[in-house]
Amino acid sequence: MSPLLEIKDLRKSYGTELVLRDLSLTLAEHQVKVLIGASGSGKSTLLRCINLLEGIDDGQILLAGQDITDIDVDPDLVRAQVGSVFQAFNLFPHLSVLENITLAPRYVHNKSRSDAEAEALDLLSRFGLADKANQYPDLLSGGQQQRVAILRAVINRPKVLLLDEVTSALDPILIAEVLALITELKADGMTMMIATHEMGFARQVADEVLFLHQGSICEVGTPSQLLENPTTPECQDFLGALRKAGRL
Amino acid sequence: MSYSPSALRIAREAARRRASLRSTFIAALSTIVIGAVLTIVVTGAPGFARVRESFFNAHYARTALPHVFTGLWLNLRVMIIAEIFVLIFGLLIALARTSKSPVLYPLRLIATIYTDFFRGLPLLLVLFLVGFGIPGLQISWIPNSAVILGTVSLILTYSAYVAEVIRAGIEAVNPAQRMAARALGLTQAQTQRHVVLPQALRKVTPPLLNDLVSLQKDSGLISVLGAIDAIRAAGIETAQSFNFTPYLVAGGLFVLLTIPLTRFTDWLTRKQDRARVQQGQW
Repeated sequence: MSPLLEIKDLRKSYGTELVLRDLSLTLAEHQVKVLIGASGSGKSTLLRCINLLEGIDDGQILLAGQDITDIDVDPDLVRAQVGSVFQAFNLFPHLSVLENITLAPRYVHNKSRSDAEAEALDLLSRFGLADKANQYPDLLSGGQQQRVAILRAVINRPKVLLLDEVTSALDPILIAEVLALITELKADGMTMMIATHEMGFARQVADEVLFLHQGSICEVGTPSQLLENPTTPECQDFLGALRKAGRL
Repeated sequence: MSYSPSALRIAREAARRRASLRSTFIAALSTIVIGAVLTIVVTGAPGFARVRESFFNAHYARTALPHVFTGLWLNLRVMIIAEIFVLIFGLLIALARTSKSPVLYPLRLIATIYTDFFRGLPLLLVLFLVGFGIPGLQISWIPNSAVILGTVSLILTYSAYVAEVIRAGIEAVNPAQRMAARALGLTQAQTQRHVVLPQALRKVTPPLLNDLVSLQKDSGLISVLGAIDAIRAAGIETAQSFNFTPYLVAGGLFVLLTIPLTRFTDWLTRKQDRARVQQGQW
């Protein structure tokens, strides 16, 4: 069976700086891959290329067999099938939680308001946020905001969910809330690509961990393999630094 | 558990009460002093009796009031119609100026020239150009009523101001908001409609209302074209009596007309500031 997402020789630079060097990887349906690596190693750029927020220089990205980097592809249609969640939550402050979540179902996926709201309320109550439906994002904790942001992407049933350092702005207790939600999404069979500095994610939800270094995949392995017995010196250095900082 | 305030708290609250009482006392005293000084300076001036006679004459105020009031009704209609069109055109121009679509390039260019031109040109000149220049063209289907052409001049000038205010609001919306909307699959237009504009307009409501207050006041300038508005009506009264009180009556009515909008602006600004303090953005 062909993979759900296939990246072939992806090259991306900002000006003269090469950020992704002919990077290739595949992601099967229901698979969860976690990207780790130092800041500037290209994790976020890779995710931003997959949802077409960045144009690529060379290579191809195939989603369900379709080349989404083809110039004739409408990026709006691709983004409607790819869920994205960001470090800074980016909830819409003028809309209530319910309106945030139902915006894309109503206007991108053309659902009726009542259908979209019923579905959103189901999701919210499943994840213990039903009482926040009519509140505005400012009044929620960071962990609640980020969980709402994840549900805002999940409600559209994306083929793949991209999570870009979603817990970097949160304290440990709130990180645990978000991690619990992502663990449940994995149990539902959601296909995910997660860029993170939080090794708990790698341990708890990753089928495979990829270590990025200077725009290339430097080492690949199961969480226990890669985190306990890294083989490349770059990965050993990175994990050593994390251990020293007490974050491993 | 019962709570009884500590001696420290009682002392602190007493000190706060004393401080606030002192502030009130100082404010009252300074108001009285300044009021007294102004009264002495103005009423003690050598020409005060004559000024009072020609500007604050109760008799002329009473006789002018009905005429000025009729004129004000015209101002009111001009204001409201101009405000509606100014908001619509201002929004459209701001959208044209902030769009990035190549198809709209000519529109963007025209919008930029338009705002540069009409923000720079004094309203009085626009009134002359439109009010006297357009009828001079002698095109039969264009109305040559002073009221209509005056309103058009107000709309032309104030659309440029309002467009710039709205544009500033659009550009003040965090780019991450646009990115998050596009990442959900919303098109450029949907992003503008549902995410960017609502936030932009909230941000600029106080300066926007400020421009509308200014427009209300400037509606009095259409009198230079001969429209009989409140200012013109006062002028006619003055020409008969050589007493300037009717102008003051008109001025007072204009102030009364703008006060609700200015108070509303103040209230809105305070409300937004409070929300920002609560969100810890300060």
